[in-house]
Amino acid sequence: MNKRVIIYILGWVLIVEGITMQIATITSLIYHEHEGLYFLITGAISAGLGTIAVKVKKPKNMVLYQKAGFAATALSWILLALVGALPLCISGEIPSYVDAFFEMSSGFSTTGATILTEVEHLSHTMLIWRSFSNWLGGMGVIVFLLALIPKLGGQQNIYLMRAESPGPIVGKAVPRMRNYAAMLYGIYIGLTVLELILLLCGGLGFFDAINTCFATAGTGGFGIRNENMAAYDTYYLQGVIASFLVLFGLNFSVYILLIARKFKQAFMMEELWVYLGVIVVSTVIITFNINHLYPTVHDSIHNSFFYVTSIISTAGFGIDDANRWPELSKAIILVLTFLGAMAGSTGGGFKVSRVIILFKEVKKEFALLVHPRNIKAVKLDGKTVDHNIMRSTSMYLVIYMGIFVGSFVLISIEGKDFLTSFTCVAACMNNTGPGLGEVGPVGNYAHFTIFSKCVLIFDMLAGRLEFLPMLLLFSPKAWKKA
Amino acid sequence: MDIVIVGCGKVGASIAVELNSAGHDIVVVDTNGSAVSRLADSIDAMGVEGNGATYEVLSEAGVSDADLVVAATARDEVNLYTCLMAKASGAKHTIARVRSPEYTDDLFRVKDLLGLSMSINPELTAAVEISRLLRFSGAIEIDAFSKGAIELIKVEIPEGSSACNRKLSDIDVLKGKVRIATVERGDEVYIPNGDFTILQGDRVTVVTKPETAIKFFKKMNINIGKSKDVMILGGGKISYYLAQRLIKTGANVKIIEQNAQRCEELSQKLPDAMIIHGDCMDQALLLSEGITHVDGVAALMDYDEENILISLYIKGVSKANIITKVNNQYFDSITDKLGLDCVINPKKLTGEYIARYIRAMQNSLGSNVETLYRLNENRIEALEFRAKNSSKLIAVPIEKLNLKDNLQIISIFRKGKIILPTGKDAIMPDDLVVVITKHKGLSDLDDIMSKR
Repeated sequence: MNKRVIIYILGWVLIVEGITMQIATITSLIYHEHEGLYFLITGAISAGLGTIAVKVKKPKNMVLYQKAGFAATALSWILLALVGALPLCISGEIPSYVDAFFEMSSGFSTTGATILTEVEHLSHTMLIWRSFSNWLGGMGVIVFLLALIPKLGGQQNIYLMRAESPGPIVGKAVPRMRNYAAMLYGIYIGLTVLELILLLCGGLGFFDAINTCFATAGTGGFGIRNENMAAYDTYYLQGVIASFLVLFGLNFSVYILLIARKFKQAFMMEELWVYLGVIVVSTVIITFNINHLYPTVHDSIHNSFFYVTSIISTAGFGIDDANRWPELSKAIILVLTFLGAMAGSTGGGFKVSRVIILFKEVKKEFALLVHPRNIKAVKLDGKTVDHNIMRSTSMYLVIYMGIFVGSFVLISIEGKDFLTSFTCVAACMNNTGPGLGEVGPVGNYAHFTIFSKCVLIFDMLAGRLEFLPMLLLFSPKAWKKA
Repeated sequence: MDIVIVGCGKVGASIAVELNSAGHDIVVVDTNGSAVSRLADSIDAMGVEGNGATYEVLSEAGVSDADLVVAATARDEVNLYTCLMAKASGAKHTIARVRSPEYTDDLFRVKDLLGLSMSINPELTAAVEISRLLRFSGAIEIDAFSKGAIELIKVEIPEGSSACNRKLSDIDVLKGKVRIATVERGDEVYIPNGDFTILQGDRVTVVTKPETAIKFFKKMNINIGKSKDVMILGGGKISYYLAQRLIKTGANVKIIEQNAQRCEELSQKLPDAMIIHGDCMDQALLLSEGITHVDGVAALMDYDEENILISLYIKGVSKANIITKVNNQYFDSITDKLGLDCVINPKKLTGEYIARYIRAMQNSLGSNVETLYRLNENRIEALEFRAKNSSKLIAVPIEKLNLKDNLQIISIFRKGKIILPTGKDAIMPDDLVVVITKHKGLSDLDDIMSKR
């Protein structure tokens, strides 16, 4: 494994984090808070160490194979959360380092699970850093580096992209990786700014608006109010947020195709229609199911739509306590938690495209039962899905289930009720945030033991990177030279 | 530039690697999905799976905005059709790989009709390169200008050459038919003038017509070793093209081929060559056919391994100049160590050939550079310009031009004739002018004048 390249990439991660931390420092200057000092110091040290790693250990060749690419990405994310947690802990706002690490892991992995009971007690400095971690984690720090640094990862930089970008098939829409990464971030920033403008038009204060934008764009789910999104209590504001959740849950290649004026190709995507279809159907069912709880039909539709988009995009915003909803609605919410958004989006979860592929595989299997000699190609968007992709998708399901079962058993040790244990694991590994029961939209993760928190931290980071890169780190084989 | 490459085989891959490292944006297309992903993963390129001869796949690969489409699949017909379709879809330039001798000969008739910018024939390219090397076995590098009418030949001055320790102006250069363009000494490169003294061990680049070169080297006591008797092992396409060329220059060619039917074919097409039906790996056969006495051997069998092994064997028994065909580029580091005289990689050669063409094409956008070679490890550029009517240099004797330092006009190609200019000659409109220089980035003939 090319360890020097890994150190080089980690160095750049430190530099990027050190610099972006200064957003918090600037905020503290505006609001005359002293917490900015911790960010300034941590950022300076981080950027300094990063510069040393980049300059002193500059690798002779940038060749990077799959193994090293995956390991570098996994380590980058752990490092990101570890360093990001330092100011929170040092400043004393979240005294326990494990809690701070949990909060930042949740932030960068865009989970949005929090250990805070009173978010509003935090300083503005902390709040913006939490929200920003959602934003950076949404599109990913490695993609950011790929756009920033020429020749990062050499000719094989696709392995870095694959480790970070979600979905069963990760390719490029343009020849150069750097241009592609820059395009992704361009679209990402464009959509974020658009949402910011629309929220400001709705009369939201700038600080609230920018925090909400960061959390929406990354489909993270961090709010800066105790009541989360319920604090912005107009149809317009919550409608804008819900609509942008849908948009950020789209595969970004849809936007790239639209920009390239390849409308036919964009609208031919099966995943797009399944994703939108699931949103519509779920909203309709839940609307009928919860209609008696709300004064008007508008309210029911509004609540139902908001929560469906919030869960399927894996943001996990809340405007009402879903615990009081009927069982059918809760079941649908749970299913959506697992389903997640589209591949290549900023959302988490199992991904719609994987479900489509698995569904088609099952269909093929049934055809084989009836006609044992039947040979049938599985097609997606009119193209044959490679056997390798089908195999890896099936394997993904196995790994996904394995991690889920393992984490569930480990969380059960502390003896919480079934609903809480079950949904907290689901919410963390799918990067949604809130589950049901004690970890519902109005609850939080403060009451878990340190051990459970560590398990959930792993689930969040591993879930963001779709498990394989993180599992690779724990495989002794990966660290052998030959 | 945006370049689409259809076909991810060895040729397509080597073109992609070469062009990608030259900084172009590459999209690769192939019907074989795993070939696409293997190539697109190993270089920074985008891959598209599908039939590159169809409009749908080509447009997905972004052909309408592409500057160049290279069709390099295994089948000539597919390649030509792909180029036709690409041109119809809006590609600016197209290059097709056409390797069948029948088509290659006819191609000039339909080139314009098909809108082809260029056709490549890896086997022919390799044959040309091998025949050049066999012609001047002592040459380090040979580049051609003005449609092959003039060549730049790089040789090392050996001990006892009559050029040693003499000023350039003293060396009889066949009454101005030969020029010495550059001299490489140690790590330095010079563009010499008349006062420059040649030393033993200098690597000089000589500019001349191909036929004059032999005379010159003979006169200078430089043993350039023309191969008169050449044995070709294997009777594939390269062998055919090579034999054809060698026979034209008057060499005796002997081809050994294992397949009897192929032997028949070759003997029909090459009546002047001697065709032997037998196993090239059979050492007794090689000895009985006089492998110890030939001047040149080209090992051009299908398998790289066989070519390498037999070349090593021949090296032990014969003084012949041996050229070994190796297709697999991963063998490069191994063949280097084996001490083989000369290794030819046709696929890689094609990649470089196209890359050079594209470089010239890029140069010719907004400039009037026709050909560009980088010599002496990129420190010297040899550029070919077409003189325009509007140029300030027209009809001015060269001695009166205020040329830049480290720059020489080495040849003028006018109406099918080569002129190696002296101070009295002048450039006329429509001349092809070859300039050699240490300056980089000249884009117009007028750039050769000093600014002062």
